[in-house]
Amino acid sequence: MSDANPPVKKKKPVTVRQLRERRRVLRSIGAGIGVVGAAMLGFFPITKKWMERLRPPGAIDEDPFLASCIKCGQCVQVCPVEAIKLGDLDEGFGVGVPYIDARSQACDFSCDAVQCVLACPTGALSHDTDVKEQVTMGVARLSRPKACLARLGKGVKGTARGDDFPGLHRYMEVDRWTPIRIADHPYDLDLCDLCERECPVEGAITIERNNFDLNDLRGTPVVFDTCVGCGMCEMICPVDPPAIVIEKRARWEDV
Amino acid sequence: MSMLNSIAEMFGRSPDKKPDDSAYSEGALEIHLHKRDIKGKKDRVAAIKAERDLNPSTKWRNRRWASIIIINAMFVVSFSLDIQLIEGSLSASRVIGFHFADLNAALQVTLAYKQILINLVIGTVTVLLLWWLLGGRTFCSWVCPYHLLSEFAEKIHVKLTSMKLVRDLPMHRGVRTVLYVIFAGLAFGTGYTVFEAISPVGILSRAMIYGPGLALIWVVLLLGFEVFFTRRAWCRYMCPIGLTYGIVGITSPLHVRYDLEKCLHEGDCRAICLVPHVLEPTKKGFALKEHVILGADCTRCGMCVDVCPTQSLTFDVTGLNKLL
Repeated sequence: MSDANPPVKKKKPVTVRQLRERRRVLRSIGAGIGVVGAAMLGFFPITKKWMERLRPPGAIDEDPFLASCIKCGQCVQVCPVEAIKLGDLDEGFGVGVPYIDARSQACDFSCDAVQCVLACPTGALSHDTDVKEQVTMGVARLSRPKACLARLGKGVKGTARGDDFPGLHRYMEVDRWTPIRIADHPYDLDLCDLCERECPVEGAITIERNNFDLNDLRGTPVVFDTCVGCGMCEMICPVDPPAIVIEKRARWEDV
Repeated sequence: MSMLNSIAEMFGRSPDKKPDDSAYSEGALEIHLHKRDIKGKKDRVAAIKAERDLNPSTKWRNRRWASIIIINAMFVVSFSLDIQLIEGSLSASRVIGFHFADLNAALQVTLAYKQILINLVIGTVTVLLLWWLLGGRTFCSWVCPYHLLSEFAEKIHVKLTSMKLVRDLPMHRGVRTVLYVIFAGLAFGTGYTVFEAISPVGILSRAMIYGPGLALIWVVLLLGFEVFFTRRAWCRYMCPIGLTYGIVGITSPLHVRYDLEKCLHEGDCRAICLVPHVLEPTKKGFALKEHVILGADCTRCGMCVDVCPTQSLTFDVTGLNKLL
């Protein structure tokens, strides 16, 4: 230990240039935090699960799906019925990520060969999906059995969703290749069986008679494990809100 | 400019101070000495007076704006008319069937997903080669739609500054490097492509092709910030995409070349440049050689080429001059 007191250092006055530089650095840090903070806001809609979305056919599990999707919209471009839409800012990290709003336009596999999967450059829509039967978007569920026309024994006369509904569907018996407007395809049914009738997957849904009384037409839509969750039944269901909906991302084992 | 300097300055280091005479090459020293003596000064003043009334050209600006508009319009038209010319958006696309991927978006996806995706590798390599050939940040000024909007915001900002209504608040260019590392880390750590949520390139490209949405609010906020606070804040100080393409362009054969002998050191180029630190050699006494290739951060926008009254700044392709 030395006895000599170190000379008291006088603080140098801060020059204007130093002050300006200091402000510049602080401003930069502030702006940087602002940008990162703005980006991090995207966490809320994800962790709080504000919006559960029905993802296009072939979508892998939600978290890796959000990670691997490059947000280019090529799946949107190839869909013949324009079922696929892209997420907006309120979906956080789901911005630019494709989803399907089945009630307004479901995927009815009009393209036959899962075009969106083929278009996906990253495999967020898994390239292991070759045919529609392999798709696992969710599972249909009769959510409002009391509203179901089949259970009430009611039929459908005229259009399923009103004359101005813009939704498209490929009616094999009308045109094998081109989807037409559902509004241009009126029905005349004594008992509604639209969910079964328009389901694009063989044996995924059938209307089962409630009893053996020949005078009693009433039946209940029953969903089987071949259901891929495409949402066609949800779109075509004539009651509003629909009696049958897709449990998004659900697997048959879970329901 | 040495390559290491060029890289360090792109990552945010401040440019070097004025060099000593000993740092100049033989040819450069001769020119610098001439510019310093009385006759040289007289000549320079006379030359400056002679060129004062010339209108700067807008040749490169017109071509560049056309390029941004045409490329983005091709995406839009390809989808709206269903002609499958360029499918997708700027983040990833198929150009007549060939995969293209935005390098930064591909990087984010790879870090978040932690798997090597073959289509993405193909798209990335194609785009990497393309932009290496064309100059790296050439993407920014010749393709990026935000760049064009930002140019208009800049015009308003400069106008307001000249009216003393706003003041440019410059930032430290190191912010971009820090943001780059943070966003790469976030993608890897969280498994979400965090940056894509705020990437104005992705947002704008998708808005044009698939229709506008709420995400445009973010773009408007950025533009507003650039009008009222910091000139070209996003492109100059922040955008990680710019840094990605900057890195690609480090060794690019296409660049802007500076000719010391012709230069009158008026500084018009630095006044209009998006990244003025790359034009540091145009300051009097700063160029170490007779010809200097501008740094990697240069976006090859050609505004300096347009504005230079003496053609001291020109587009140049390495090796091409020797061939011709």
